[in-house]
Amino acid sequence: MYVYNENDQKIIEERVTQFRSQTDRYLAGELAEDEFLPLRLQNGLYIQRLAPMLRIAVPYGLLNSKQFRKLAHIARTYDKGYCHITTRQNIQFNWPQLEEVPDILGELAEVQMHAVQTSGNCIRNTTTDQFAGVAQDEHEDPRPWCEIIRQWSTFHPEFAFLPRKFKIAVCGTQGDRAAIQVHDIGLQIVKNDDGEVGFKVLVGGGLGRTPVIGSVIREFLPKEHLLTYLDAILRVYNRHGNRANKYKARIKILVRAWTPEVFAHEVESEWDYIKDTPSILTDEEINRVKGFFTAPDYQSLDDGEADIELKQRSDENIAFGKWLQRNITAHRVPGYAAVTLSLKPTGVAPGDVTDVQLDVIADLADQYSYGEIRATHNQNLVLADVKKSDLFELWQKAKAGGFATPNIGTLTDMICCPGGDFCSLANAKSIPIAEALQRKFDDMDYVYDLGDLSLNISGCMNACGHHHVGNIGILGVDKKGDEFYQVQLGGSSDSDATLGNVLGPSFGRDEMPEVIEKILDIYVENRNGDELFIDTYRRIGLTPFKESVYAKDH
Amino acid sequence: MPKIIKGSQVVDDSWVIIPKDFSGELPRAKVLLPMQYWLDNKEALNLQCAGLWIDSDEDVDAVGLEANQFPLIAVNFPTFVDGRGFSIGRLLKERYEFNGQLRAIGNAIRDQLFYLKRCGFDSFDLKDGIDLDAAAASLNDFSVTYQSSADQPEPLFRRS
Repeated sequence: MYVYNENDQKIIEERVTQFRSQTDRYLAGELAEDEFLPLRLQNGLYIQRLAPMLRIAVPYGLLNSKQFRKLAHIARTYDKGYCHITTRQNIQFNWPQLEEVPDILGELAEVQMHAVQTSGNCIRNTTTDQFAGVAQDEHEDPRPWCEIIRQWSTFHPEFAFLPRKFKIAVCGTQGDRAAIQVHDIGLQIVKNDDGEVGFKVLVGGGLGRTPVIGSVIREFLPKEHLLTYLDAILRVYNRHGNRANKYKARIKILVRAWTPEVFAHEVESEWDYIKDTPSILTDEEINRVKGFFTAPDYQSLDDGEADIELKQRSDENIAFGKWLQRNITAHRVPGYAAVTLSLKPTGVAPGDVTDVQLDVIADLADQYSYGEIRATHNQNLVLADVKKSDLFELWQKAKAGGFATPNIGTLTDMICCPGGDFCSLANAKSIPIAEALQRKFDDMDYVYDLGDLSLNISGCMNACGHHHVGNIGILGVDKKGDEFYQVQLGGSSDSDATLGNVLGPSFGRDEMPEVIEKILDIYVENRNGDELFIDTYRRIGLTPFKESVYAKDH
Repeated sequence: MPKIIKGSQVVDDSWVIIPKDFSGELPRAKVLLPMQYWLDNKEALNLQCAGLWIDSDEDVDAVGLEANQFPLIAVNFPTFVDGRGFSIGRLLKERYEFNGQLRAIGNAIRDQLFYLKRCGFDSFDLKDGIDLDAAAASLNDFSVTYQSSADQPEPLFRRS
C-alpha cells in the first residue's frame, strides 16, 4: 500500500496543527460557530445527537495492521471501545470529546492517517472495489489511480468550498463493485483499440434525495490527462452549480438541467484551456505510485491440492463449508483466496467493530494476509491475500472473534446507516430495523436458500444506507413525529445499476419483519430454479409483491 | 484608515468599493467599480483611478484579457462558503494573465487565506474586528502542496 514520504507526512502534521488552532480559537470564542462548522466538517467532525462524531479517512478502504492497532487504541482511550465502518469505506467514532479531537488527529498522523475532507462540501474520500489488485476480472489495479486522485484532491485550493459534497469512485473491472454509476464522478479503467489505458468518465450519478444514474461524458480519457480532466469537471461545477438551494446543489442536478451533452461540451471547452499544463501526469509519477501497489511475494502453490483439502474439511465441518461458500472470494493467484470478515452478526449494529476485535483482526492480517486489511462499502472487512491452506485455521480464529458469520451477500448482510440512534439528520432509527430483521430471519438455511440478496436501510433520504440500490431498500420517514418505513424493490448497484421502485404506503416499525417476509414469500413462490431475487423481480414486476403486502386480512 | 492584509503585511488601504446600484458622479478617490457598471460605461470612463470588483455570480470571462487595464481587481465573497471566487481568482491570474493586485473582499475568513493565496490573491480585506496580524499567520498554514495553482504552476510531482 501507499507509504507516506516526508511531504505527505508534513502535510498531515501541518493539518493537525491547523485544526488544533481552529479548535482552540473556537473554544476561546474567537471563531464563530457558523465559521467553525465547515472547518470542522472538512475534518470529519460532526456534532451529533449525543456527542460529536469523528469520521476518519480510509483512502479507498485500505489499512495496515499498525493502523488497525492505532484505531483500537483510539476506541479504548477516546471512545466507548468500538468504531463503525461506513459505506464510504471510512471509519467513524461516535463518542469523542471535541477538546480531544486534535489529540486523536495527532495520534492518527503517527500512522499516516487523518480525517481530511471526510465531510463538508468538498471532494471526499475516493472509493474503489474492495478486491482491487486481487480480483480475477480486473483490467488494471485501480488503487494507484485512487492514490493519485487522493493527492490531487487533498487541500485542492480551488475546490474546498463547492456547492455541495463531491464523491469520486474508480473501478478497474467490467463488472462494477464500486458503484461508479451512483457517484458524482465515476471512473472506469478501460483500454482503447490500441491497447492504451484510459478512463471512461461518468458524471452526475448519486443517491440522496434525487437518485440518478450517472451519464457517460467521455468514452476514453487517456490516462495522463486524468487530473486536468477532473479539474475541468470540478471547475465547471464550482462555477455553475446551484448554491441557492442545498437540495439542488449536487452536480447531478446541473447535469440534468443542462443535459449530459451540454455539460460534456462545457467540460471539454474548459479542458481545452488546461489539458496541456504541467498537471498532465508523467510516466515517472504514475510508475512511482504504482510501485506501492505491487504484488506481495506470493508463494507458488498448487491450487488443486488446496481445493481438495478444503473440500475434505468442509465435508467434515458444515459450518466451515458454509463460511467458505459465502465469505470467500476467488483470487487471481493460484492457492490464495480473499476472505470477507462479516461485521453483521445478529445483535450488533451493522459495521460496528470493537477495540478487541480490531486488535485480533490486526493479528490475523499480520499472520495470514501480509498485514493489510480492507474496509468495504458493504461495511465489512476483507483480508485479501490468504493462502487457501490457512483458511481453516483463520476461520476458527475469526469465529472466536465474532466476525465469521457466514452471511456475506445474503439478506442478513445488510447495509445500514447509524440512523436515528446517532445521527441528527435521521428521520427514523435504522439499527433496530436491521436487528429485528436479523432476528426474524435467523434460520441460515432459509437465508442461504434465498441466495444473493441485498437489503439496504437508510434512516433518511440522504441515503447513507444506499437504500435506492438495494434489491430491497428501506427508508425511514417521519410522519408527524412518528417513525415510519418505506419499502423499495428492485434496486441494484452492480454494473446494471438500477434504482428501486417504491412499493406503496409506509409501515410502522413493528410491521417491518412481516412485510419483508411477505416480499420474500412472493419471490420464493415465483422464482424459476435458482433465479436470484433481482431477476425474479425484473421478470414479474412490482405488482405481485404489492398485492401480497397490502392485501386486506380476511 | 481601514486596514487590510497585503502580501503578508497589515497595511492601510484607501480603495473605495462602489456599490452595484451606484448612479451619479464617482467620488474623487481610488474606486473599485462594479463589473457591470464598468461594462456598461467603459467607453465613457476615465480609468486612471479605478480598479474593478467582480461578484461571485458574475462571469469573469466578460472581463477577460481586459483585466490588465486595472491595477487592482477585487473578487467578492458574499458568504465565506461561496467558493466561486476561488475559480474567478485562478482564471484571472492563469487564463487572463492578470498581473495587478488581486484582492478578496466580502466575507472570506482567516482560515481560507492559504487557499486564497494559492488561487492568486495577494491582498485580503477581511471583516471588521478581526486581528489581522494574527490572521496573517494563516497564509502559511501549510508548507507543502500537491497541486499546481496560480502561485505554483508545477504540481508536487514535477517539482525537484
